[in-house]
Amino acid sequence: MDQIYLDYAATTPVDPRVLDAMMPFFSTSFGNPSSVHRYGQQAEAAIESARETIAIALNCRADEIIFTSCGSESDNLALRGAALAVRAKTDANRILTSKVEHHAVSKTAEQLEKYFGFEVKWLEVDEYGMVQPQTVEQALDDKTALVSVMYANNEIGTINPIREIAAVCHRHGVLFHTDAVQAAAYLPVDVQSLGIDMLSLGGHKFHGPKGVGGLYVRKGTPLVPSQTGGGQENNLRAGTQNVPYIVGFAEALRLTVEEREKRFAHVKPLRDRVIGSVLETIPDSRLTGHMETRLPNHASFAFKNVDGNLLLTLLDVAGFACSSGSACKTGNPEPSEVMAAIGLAREWGLGSLRITLGVGTTAEQIGSFVKTLPSVVEQARELSK
Amino acid sequence: MTKVVVAMSGGVDSSVAAALLQQQGYEVIGMMLRLWSEPGKEESNRCCTPDAMGLARRVASKLDIPFYVVDAKDVFRKTVVEYFLEGYARGETPNPCLICNRSIRWEFLLNHALALGADFMATGHYVRKQGVDGKQQLLRALDHAKDQSYVLHVLNQDKLKHALFPVGDYVKPEIRKIAESFGLPTASRHDSQDLCFLAGDDYRNFLRRNAAEMLKPGNIVRRDGEVVGEHNGLANYTIGQRKGLAVLSSVPLYVLGKDVAANTVIVGMQEELGSLELITYDVNWISGERPGESFRAEVKIRYTAKEAEALVMPLENGQVKVHFDAPQRDVTAGQAAVFYQDDVLLGGGIIQ
Repeated sequence: MDQIYLDYAATTPVDPRVLDAMMPFFSTSFGNPSSVHRYGQQAEAAIESARETIAIALNCRADEIIFTSCGSESDNLALRGAALAVRAKTDANRILTSKVEHHAVSKTAEQLEKYFGFEVKWLEVDEYGMVQPQTVEQALDDKTALVSVMYANNEIGTINPIREIAAVCHRHGVLFHTDAVQAAAYLPVDVQSLGIDMLSLGGHKFHGPKGVGGLYVRKGTPLVPSQTGGGQENNLRAGTQNVPYIVGFAEALRLTVEEREKRFAHVKPLRDRVIGSVLETIPDSRLTGHMETRLPNHASFAFKNVDGNLLLTLLDVAGFACSSGSACKTGNPEPSEVMAAIGLAREWGLGSLRITLGVGTTAEQIGSFVKTLPSVVEQARELSK
Repeated sequence: MTKVVVAMSGGVDSSVAAALLQQQGYEVIGMMLRLWSEPGKEESNRCCTPDAMGLARRVASKLDIPFYVVDAKDVFRKTVVEYFLEGYARGETPNPCLICNRSIRWEFLLNHALALGADFMATGHYVRKQGVDGKQQLLRALDHAKDQSYVLHVLNQDKLKHALFPVGDYVKPEIRKIAESFGLPTASRHDSQDLCFLAGDDYRNFLRRNAAEMLKPGNIVRRDGEVVGEHNGLANYTIGQRKGLAVLSSVPLYVLGKDVAANTVIVGMQEELGSLELITYDVNWISGERPGESFRAEVKIRYTAKEAEALVMPLENGQVKVHFDAPQRDVTAGQAAVFYQDDVLLGGGIIQ
C-alpha cells in the first residue's frame, strides 16, 4: 500500500523490539502463569517482570497494576468496579464525568445510571474541550462516589489539568480516575506526581500490541471486579493472563518512557507545520481543541460545510490515511458529542478531520499532505453542496 | 491504469461486476450509498442494511480493493422520497427507482466517482451498452429474464459515457459460477420489487405515517357515476387492482382509474381495463435526440410487464403518444413506458 499513515491516535504499528520481546511467549515459554510447574513459573515470572516495568514507568508499586484486555476494559473496570465498591461502603451514588469522554467511559457511566441506580453528572467543558478544576469543584458533593476525566482527548487532543482536578477531588475525599489511553504515548504518566487514584492504559497506542491494556489502582482504593472468575490479577480481573501481549505492552511502555522526549521533539514541529499550513491555506477552517495545551502529535480541524466522511474518502484515495471524529465507516455523518460539547454549529461539526503523527512520520509526508489537502477540502465542499 | 468505481450492494451481481473489472485490468474502487430510511428503520433498508454493508466490505477485502460508504440520506429524501409522495398526491403510482437511478446512482454517486478520479462507474445491473458511431446505445441484458434496462431508460449520453455494466453479458447462472470461482459470496437478495426505504413494510403504511393528509376517504364509482362503495384514500389503489375494494357487486370489479379532482376511484369490469393508447411526459431519449417521425417499437409499461407491439409517436411538445396494436391492461399513470427496437432501448417517459 502506497499510503501515508496519519492516524497514529487510532493505532500504531508494533515496534519490532516489542515484537521480539513477545515472540518466545507464544511458543517456547507458553505456560499458564497460574500453573505450579516450571512452565507456569516461567510465564508468571514474565508477567511479574512486566508488572515491575510498568510500575517503574508509572512510579507506582507493582501490585497496583492490573492487566486487562484493552484501554476500554480498563475504563470499565475502573468505573464500574469503583462505583459499586464505593457505594457499598458509603452509599455515595453519584458519578462525575465530562461531556467529552471516550465512549469507554461515557457509555459505562450511562449503563451505571440506567441499570445500577447511579446518577451521572456530566461536566461541561470550555470551547477547547477542557475541563476546568472549578467546574469539578462546583459539581462535587458528599454523594459523589467517583470522578473520571480523561487526560488528553482522543478527538481534539486537548490536555486536561488532571493534577489540579485530582487535587480538588482529594480535598473532598473523592476518588479520581483518568483515561490516559491517548495521553500515555507523549505525556508523563507519573501517578504520584499527578495524584491519580486510577489510570487506564492501552498497549496499541504506543507501539504495543492490540488486545492488552492496564489499569493502575492506588493501594487501598475500593474496587470490585467487573469480570469474575479465577483469582488472577489479585482477584480483580479473572481470566488467564495474555502473557506475550502483557510482555509486549510492558516493553512498549518502557520504550515510550525512555524515548518520550525524542519522539516528542520529532512530531511536534511537523504537527505545528500541519496546523499552520491548514489554517493559512484553507478558507473556512479552524483548529478544534486547544492551540497549545494539546498532544504534540495531534492536529484536529473543522471545515465549514464539508462532509467529514467524504473528506476521509477523498483523502484515502489521494493516499492519506486520516480520521475524523464526526463520522464512522458506515458513512452516517452525525456530529460527535465532542463537537457539540465545544459548541461547534452543525455546519462545522460535520466536517472534522484529525491528523495524528508518529515516529514514522517524515517531513516529506507532511509536505505532500499540506500540499494536497486544500484541493481535497475544496472538492469535498463542492460535492457536499 | 483506468479507474472504475463499482457501486456495490453486497449482492452477487455487483460483487461479480467488481471482480470482472479487476480481472480486466481496471483499478477498482468499491462504493456504497447510505440511503434514507424512516427513523428507526435504518436496520431494514433493503439497499443498505448493516448486513449488506458488512458483506460488501468483505467482498472488497477479498478482492483487495478500497471500499467507501457515501452518505446520500438527505439527497435521497429530498428527491426520491419527495417524488414518491408527490406522485401519490397526484393520484399516480410513482416508480421512485427511476428517480433514484437518475438523480442518486447516476448523478450523485457518479459525481463522487468522478471526483475520486474515476473514469467509469459500474453497477451490477443486467443491461448492456455499446458504442455506435460515437454514440452510446443502451441494450437489454443478454439474459432477458433478468433484464433491468427499464429502470435505466433515464440515462443520457453523458452518463452512459462513464457507465460500465459488466454482468449484462452473462446469464444469472454464469454469474453465480463466476462468483464461486472468485470465492465471493453467492447470495443474492430475492429480486423483490419492494422499495428499499419501505423496509419491507406496505407502501400504504408508509403513506399513513408520512403523508396522512393525502389519504382522504371518498366514493368508489362506476364509469356512469353510480356510487358502489367508499375508498380510504386514492393512494391506496392502483390500476387493475381487484382485491380490497370493499364494493357490493355481483361481478368482480377492477380499478379502472382515479379522478383526483373528484377524489373518486373509478371501477369497472375486467374487459373495460384495457387501453389502446397512452401519453408519456418527462421523456428521455438515450441518443439525446427526439426522433422526427413515428416508429414501430416494443413498449414495456411496467418493470415486470411483457413488451407490447405499438406505434410510438413523438409529439411536438416533447411528449410521446403510444398506440398499441392490442389493448393493454394496467396502463398506470406514474410508471414508465419504455421503447425498444430489438435489444436497443431508445427511450422512455412517465405515463400520464
